[in-house]
Amino acid sequence: MATKEEPLLKVNNIEVIYEHVILVLKGVSLNVYEGQIASLLGANGAGKSTTLKAISNLVKAERGEVTKGTVEFDGKRVDRLFAPALVKMGVIQIMEGRHTFEHLTVEDDLLTGAYTRGRDKKGTKEALEKVYTYFPRLKERRNAKTGYISGGEMQMCAIGRGLMAKPRIMLLDEPSMGLAPLLVEEIFEIIVKLNKEEKVGMLLAEQNAAMALEYAEYGYVMENGRVVLDGDAETLSDNADVKEFYLGLTAVGKKSYRDVKHYHRRKRWLA
Amino acid sequence: MAFFFEVLITGLMVGIMYSLIALGFALIFKASDVFNMAQGAMSLFAGLALVGFLHQYMHLPLWLALLCTVGVMTIWAYVIVFVVLKPLVNRPPLMLFMATFGVMYLMEGIGQSIYGTQAKGLNIGIPDNSFEVAGIFMSSFDLFFAGVAAVLVAGLIWFFQKTRNGRALRAVSDDHEAALSVGIPLLKAWYLTWIIAGIVATVAGVAWGTRLGVQFSLSYIAFKALPVLIIGGLDSIPGANRPLFQALRSVRKRDS
Ligand SMILES: Nc1ncnc2c1ncn2[C@@H]1O[C@H](COP(=O)(O)OP(=O)(O)OP(=O)(O)O)[C@@H](O)[C@H]1O
Ligand SMILES: [Mg+2]
Repeated sequence: MATKEEPLLKVNNIEVIYEHVILVLKGVSLNVYEGQIASLLGANGAGKSTTLKAISNLVKAERGEVTKGTVEFDGKRVDRLFAPALVKMGVIQIMEGRHTFEHLTVEDDLLTGAYTRGRDKKGTKEALEKVYTYFPRLKERRNAKTGYISGGEMQMCAIGRGLMAKPRIMLLDEPSMGLAPLLVEEIFEIIVKLNKEEKVGMLLAEQNAAMALEYAEYGYVMENGRVVLDGDAETLSDNADVKEFYLGLTAVGKKSYRDVKHYHRRKRWLA
Repeated sequence: MAFFFEVLITGLMVGIMYSLIALGFALIFKASDVFNMAQGAMSLFAGLALVGFLHQYMHLPLWLALLCTVGVMTIWAYVIVFVVLKPLVNRPPLMLFMATFGVMYLMEGIGQSIYGTQAKGLNIGIPDNSFEVAGIFMSSFDLFFAGVAAVLVAGLIWFFQKTRNGRALRAVSDDHEAALSVGIPLLKAWYLTWIIAGIVATVAGVAWGTRLGVQFSLSYIAFKALPVLIIGGLDSIPGANRPLFQALRSVRKRDS
């Protein structure tokens, strides 16, 4: 369904430096079209989270800065904007590691997501009902402190909270992290449903490449602060390198760890 | 027995006075993980400003003088957050803590140079009568401030539990970055917190000032509120209001 018009989100060759000296992103470009699910794959430390934070401008809160390149959302340049301004425009990051507010109840936590709606009580109430229809589990747990709910419920709470802010695009950072496979599937199903029914574009950073490629239309593979490979989800799933390094498969089937002699093959991408 | 209750009630009242100060500590600590050394100085400054508006430089009506005092504390909140603390965001909490030392000295210094160093009487027109109820002596003064403290605490609990901004402040105190990710700016939240702490400090300053006179020791009396905090929890707003401990403490003192 990705119309090849102007992308909703356009990241153009950005460079990110932390603490004025630590160069982490070395020219990352990617596009997400209206209503698309795109995924960002890569190993630990590849720069996935940094890319998402550069878009939402949460890098600033970690003493980081976008020093080169541009980020455009809906045709406007946004890389100089303050993070709350981006939230208002509908760019919502769901941070890695389920950052719920532990002393708040599930319902209060969800309501913080409506902060940028201002005093729109009616809209807030409707949004809350909508979140509860997508996540009936949260409705059951509405009065529990988020510090005491399960990991899966926390992830749902974090996504639901993002939904409260009228998102046009969600930047999801490893929603599968630390969850049982069944739960991961449940959460991905909901992400797809949000994408279809609420027309929310998704940029999904994942280490779980198999899952991400199953649900996304398009994928970007990152390594060492660069995008080294990109393509349609099917094309990527068929790519021999992706199969070997991210899906854990070889031509014969499951990979045996005895032949992990792939370092030089990794290198080839970086050239 | 009557004596016991009298001491208990007096103790309770003194406890309430301390918990007014403890409340200010708890607010700031919760919002920014900082122990605010300047809490007492804020009460002192509020007391001085009120004396200035009411007796020393101007003779405003009480309500206007109180309003102006809260205005002064709002300016302080702005300066503290946007001048002193802003460059220290994302630094270790110890640096913020040290900065509040600076704020304390700054407030004391400016207070001295504007209002002078001598202790000042503060009269807001509440009669200090004592009367007897069931054989126990109570002071109208104490009762008045107990009432004010109760209203203040109820108001704060309502604000934090039920309003959008209160919820946002609680979110910030749990996780700055996650709060930012839903569009709640840290500095704005801090500003609001310091304004509230300024209002609480004003109430404490008035309560202490009317009783003991507005004097510079007020800045340090605040630290005597620390036991309340440690018992009630440094980050707990309802916890700052467990004056019973203070009450029991004074019972023990007088009995021994
Ligand atoms: N605040 C920071 N200050 C300095 N360096 C940082 C900071 N955050 C991340 N980095 C560095 O940037 C690199 C990329 O980190 P990033 O978190 O973006 O990777 P990632 O792909 O999300 O990894 P993971 O899968 O482990 O989450 C890492 O080498 C990391 O050490
Ligand atoms: Mg990450």
